[in-house]
Amino acid sequence: MSLKRNNLNVGDVYSEEVCNNLSRTQIVQYAGSSGDYNPLHSDEIFTTQVAGYPSVFAHGMLSMGMTGRMLTNYVGDGRLTAFGVRFTSQVFPGATLTASATIEAIREENGEHFVDLSVSTKDSDGVEVIKGQASAKIDA
Amino acid sequence: MAVDKFPIEAGHIMLFARSIGDANPIYYDESYAETTEPGAVIAPPTFVQASAQFDPDYFLRPKIGQEWFGSAKGPTGITEKKGGGGGGGGGGLHAEQHYVYHKPLKAGDTLTATVKPGNSWEKEGRRGGKLMFSESVTEYRDLSGDLVVTATSVGVRTERPATS
Repeated sequence: MSLKRNNLNVGDVYSEEVCNNLSRTQIVQYAGSSGDYNPLHSDEIFTTQVAGYPSVFAHGMLSMGMTGRMLTNYVGDGRLTAFGVRFTSQVFPGATLTASATIEAIREENGEHFVDLSVSTKDSDGVEVIKGQASAKIDA
Repeated sequence: MAVDKFPIEAGHIMLFARSIGDANPIYYDESYAETTEPGAVIAPPTFVQASAQFDPDYFLRPKIGQEWFGSAKGPTGITEKKGGGGGGGGGGLHAEQHYVYHKPLKAGDTLTATVKPGNSWEKEGRRGGKLMFSESVTEYRDLSGDLVVTATSVGVRTERPATS
């Protein structure tokens, strides 16, 4: 399932829809698994009346986690060497997100081969919610 | 977050994978995982974030017998709340997260996490007034002391809630 150097070209794009109509319940699931119980992600009353946001919203790390699923499906399990993102916009319940990876470089280091990717996750209006980069080991 | 002992448990990995909508059987099916390149149940790339569960002082988890800032009878459980935005009593918002992976993280491993402060800087924001950024670097090591994951987190505090 890993990528082979000869099949790859700079500019190749891989995309996946990583959530469709994001539910408050999935955000609660993420709170439970990650341990981040900030009420901003699950408590509509606190979030609207005290914190002053229009609604609860997803943990940035949930969007990053969903984006990571696209990456591991693309590069294979245990192949990532780096993954970093900026959270560029908040993700509210109801979001449908598509994550993409674009090959920026293919390189060799100490006899091992790597691919460098730019990463972007956008909602259905085209607003970017995650902007980042990743690197993965590939086969020669 | 600093943690003395972060056990990488198979059930926790399964729950975490479900919560990010990842149905890959390498996160829950041991016999399938044996047939893969890593050869074992591994953790998804963002899993070390869940070390918060093993930080006894993690401030975004309600503590037994203490007031919690989320709603209860009223919109916040804190009797006297302080002003300020950026999470309304929380620790601001998460601006960036970066991971470097040194070796695969497998179910059954035990990690320790040590935290070093990183840079901090300020920026004038468009919607939320002044933005105050601060960085922290967490090193996750296994019991033999080998680095497994390096995590760099950037947090931001705003003068008032910033919505997109």
